Amino acid sequence: MKPVAFEHATAATLDEARTLLAAGAKPLAGGQSLGPMLNLRLVRPERVVDIKRLPGLRGFTESATHLTLGAATTHAEIEDGRVPDVTNGLMRHVAQGIAYRAVRNRGTLGGSLAHADPAADWPSVMAALGATLLTSDGRRIPADGFLRAPFTTALDAGEIVTAVEIPRLPPGARWGYCKINRKIGEFAKAIGIATPGRLLAGAVEGPPTLLDRVEDIPARLPWLDPAAQRLAAIAVTRAQAMRDA
Amino acid sequence: MSAQGVGAALPRREDDRFLRGRGRYVADIAMAGMREVAFLRSPVAHGVVRGLRAPQGAMVFTMADLDGVQPIRAPSALPGFRRTDQWPLATDRVRQVGEPIAMVVAATRAEAEDILDAIALDIEELPPATDMLAHRAGPPIHEGWPDNVVLHSLVEDDLSAVQAPIVVRRRLRTARQHMAPLEGRGVVARWDTRLSQLEMHTSSQMVHVTKTGLAECLGLQESQVRIISPDVGGGFGYKGILLQEEVAIGWLARRLGGTPLRWIEDRREGLAGQANCREHHYDITVHADHDGTILALDCEAHVDVGAYSAYPFSACLEGAQIGSILPGPYVVPRYRCRTWSVATNKPPILPYRGVARTGVCYALETTLDAVARAGGLDPIAVRLRNLPGPADMPYTNITKKIFDSGDYPEALRRAADAMDRDGFAQRQRAARDKGRLLGQGFAIFCEQGAHGTSVYHGWGIPFVPGAEPCQARLTPDGGLELRVGVHSHGQGMETTLAQVAHEILGVPVERVQLIHGDTALTPYSTGTWGSRCAVMAGGAVAEACTELRERLLPIGQHLLQAPDAVFEAGAVRAGNASVSVAEMARTFHRAPQNLTEAMQARGLECTAGHKTARDTGTFSYAAHAVEVEVDPATGHVDLLRYVIVEDGGVLLNPLVADGQVLGGTAQGIGTALFEEMPYDAAGQPLASTFADYMLPGASDVPDIEILHMETPSPISRFGQKGIGESGAIGPPAAIVNAINDAIAHLGREVTDIPATPERVLAALS
Repeated sequence: MKPVAFEHATAATLDEARTLLAAGAKPLAGGQSLGPMLNLRLVRPERVVDIKRLPGLRGFTESATHLTLGAATTHAEIEDGRVPDVTNGLMRHVAQGIAYRAVRNRGTLGGSLAHADPAADWPSVMAALGATLLTSDGRRIPADGFLRAPFTTALDAGEIVTAVEIPRLPPGARWGYCKINRKIGEFAKAIGIATPGRLLAGAVEGPPTLLDRVEDIPARLPWLDPAAQRLAAIAVTRAQAMRDA
Repeated sequence: MSAQGVGAALPRREDDRFLRGRGRYVADIAMAGMREVAFLRSPVAHGVVRGLRAPQGAMVFTMADLDGVQPIRAPSALPGFRRTDQWPLATDRVRQVGEPIAMVVAATRAEAEDILDAIALDIEELPPATDMLAHRAGPPIHEGWPDNVVLHSLVEDDLSAVQAPIVVRRRLRTARQHMAPLEGRGVVARWDTRLSQLEMHTSSQMVHVTKTGLAECLGLQESQVRIISPDVGGGFGYKGILLQEEVAIGWLARRLGGTPLRWIEDRREGLAGQANCREHHYDITVHADHDGTILALDCEAHVDVGAYSAYPFSACLEGAQIGSILPGPYVVPRYRCRTWSVATNKPPILPYRGVARTGVCYALETTLDAVARAGGLDPIAVRLRNLPGPADMPYTNITKKIFDSGDYPEALRRAADAMDRDGFAQRQRAARDKGRLLGQGFAIFCEQGAHGTSVYHGWGIPFVPGAEPCQARLTPDGGLELRVGVHSHGQGMETTLAQVAHEILGVPVERVQLIHGDTALTPYSTGTWGSRCAVMAGGAVAEACTELRERLLPIGQHLLQAPDAVFEAGAVRAGNASVSVAEMARTFHRAPQNLTEAMQARGLECTAGHKTARDTGTFSYAAHAVEVEVDPATGHVDLLRYVIVEDGGVLLNPLVADGQVLGGTAQGIGTALFEEMPYDAAGQPLASTFADYMLPGASDVPDIEILHMETPSPISRFGQKGIGESGAIGPPAAIVNAINDAIAHLGREVTDIPATPERVLAALS
């Protein structure tokens, strides 16, 4: 379980990173997904470019309506409240349930989104919050629709997520989050999210899916087998109950 | 009790280095010029290797290169046992995914894996045997065998006359599991040209047995092999096994004549090809009277032993053990048990903490709960009706196991009291009214530990434990060295054995050094297995220290010029005068002119052997009690409360004993709810990372309450009993009984473990 030989480059500026990425380099941020994939030789890149210290990918800005988080913000920084929270605690709640602390110390928000594992937390949460992803090509991509298929996103070749723009939940607005998994920290078998006026089913072997009603699940998620549809319905129902409690 | 002697709750001395990350494991060892070994492994479960093409210039070795090397053989003398040859590298047939086919050497592990990638392997696939029931009759996976039965064991009785009002039959399955010590296996080896000796550092719990097996396979004298096992990050049985990799690397180290070689097992190798355990199937019937009294026990059991008989415990262990221990802690008047150990195209099944006891306890205890449900009886009452009482001790059960001491019913009563049975019944009803499913479950079992010569002689496997040795030495400055052939892989022996020495000699624990894990420095022993170290090594340390004390006494009397002086609390004393062990040691080593010739002749260094008063083993016992909530929508099981009443006899160190019980229980929770190594019909393992092989995490193990009873064993030195495996035995039975209690009113039952959400939902639907 050792990777094939590859070159490692550290980009000092976003432009430098873009040049390397355009030439086919794999971006490495926290390395919590890419690292194991390298070790298992599931990916065999010739060059890896380290982007986690890029100035544009760190830090945050706040406006009256949004929080913009750098893509290299770690799960632990969100969990610990080292970046502001505009979701009335939803994001902190989610962050503390991701994997285990060592992974959260290194794993990043943008990396998780770009990796696009449907069973991960952030793709579903960002879609439910109506967030927008900012990219190195200057594009703004709505989180809802960003994950096209498992491990497939709306990013173009060589394009990376640089920041995530998260709308503020109104003060006092409630949310519900239900992740069904074998044990704390494992990838989800089903995710249900309820925010004001929105329901979402995540970890559905495909794009996180906004719903009008729980009953829509069989029609909206036809690729899931009945047992998985059932689990999705339980997760969404429980999230709804948590929000409305 | 002194502050440091037997029974003192001393914090573990070894924890300081472990907790600071300063332990030294095989993977921490680096040697100048060391090269890395990696293994080409079979990608198929069953096949014939037609050939392989290695890249030009690469160092690649196959079995054809390993001249003079013998296969690993772990036979059993039990009648009908079929022997297997486990070659260090495949000769032509491969019989499991992960079986080593070739060995490559490179400067780094990554480069070695590059070479593996570049090897073209030609394998002709054969149909695999993957299910012990379906493939018992064949087609045989070993040439010349009529079927796949490695061993068929029988405990016969004619049960046709048994007339029982309650007859409960269950078919139960326990999953194949993977042992997952924090540290996997690993080897650093070199040929010492000066000593003409293979020096192998390997993560082992049984260094001397490994040395014997390795010497036999390599055709070396035992003096030509030195095995060193540094700190071991968990063993659980896996570290007792002689590996093909050790034999292959041992050969190569000698061949390369001095170049150090290293192989560190990675998780994927471990998960996909090694360290499998536990896969049983039971067809069990309990015949009981109206009041739950067991009239007869009847069972047909299968064990999936995998492709080879692993050294040294052999493929006979689990199956034959099932036959001998299925009756558990109970009085069983009639008993029949037939077992089949079936070879399949999976990794060899290895003895894992608890060995067959975990499965046996699961089978019997869940079936007894079914008896209680069938008879409308309380499960506690059913058990109390069948347990031998304290007046029956020592009790010889139907399979001639001698339970040495204890009050089994009292353990169960204390567990039941702790769980507030009456209050629970109300809470359970109230919860049901709200659609919530609560359940309580119990299990009681006994654990034979430290069983010796007479028991193991019967198995006829490659080793038989005899007297357990300890060498004790006093150094000139009054320190005490204890050299033992057992090895600590988490047992805290640097603490507990020092406490034993302190008990006898009064030497402060800080001045006691335990030397273990090195065949060159320690006396020959079968090592650490079978919950034996507290009893056997503890006894051996006591014997050796007692011998030292007898040698010190005349020295002290001479120095004090007091022939009636006595040894007490670390000194020889006469009235107000005393001479300490340290002073006597200094005199002996550095001022012998002050002693008589006779005193000088006998050294302050001696080796003593220990056997228990009867070598049939100590029997610790425990009652596990658990309360669960079952989520009827998701099938998820929450452990709300866990109580253990444990009787390990006299505890050498209660903190260490608690640690053993807690760690074992966490593993048992894994067996009950999480851990499963599934194989598909092609014999491919479906869990090759921890994303797929689910271990319980910290959040899945509740706060476990341990209540101790301390009934001394009449056969051990201090009354101590072996409890090292105990925690891992009870949880599957207790937890599934609790799940079944939660869903009993629906007429449902879980039969197979782990009780995953999927299995619980299937039981409910």
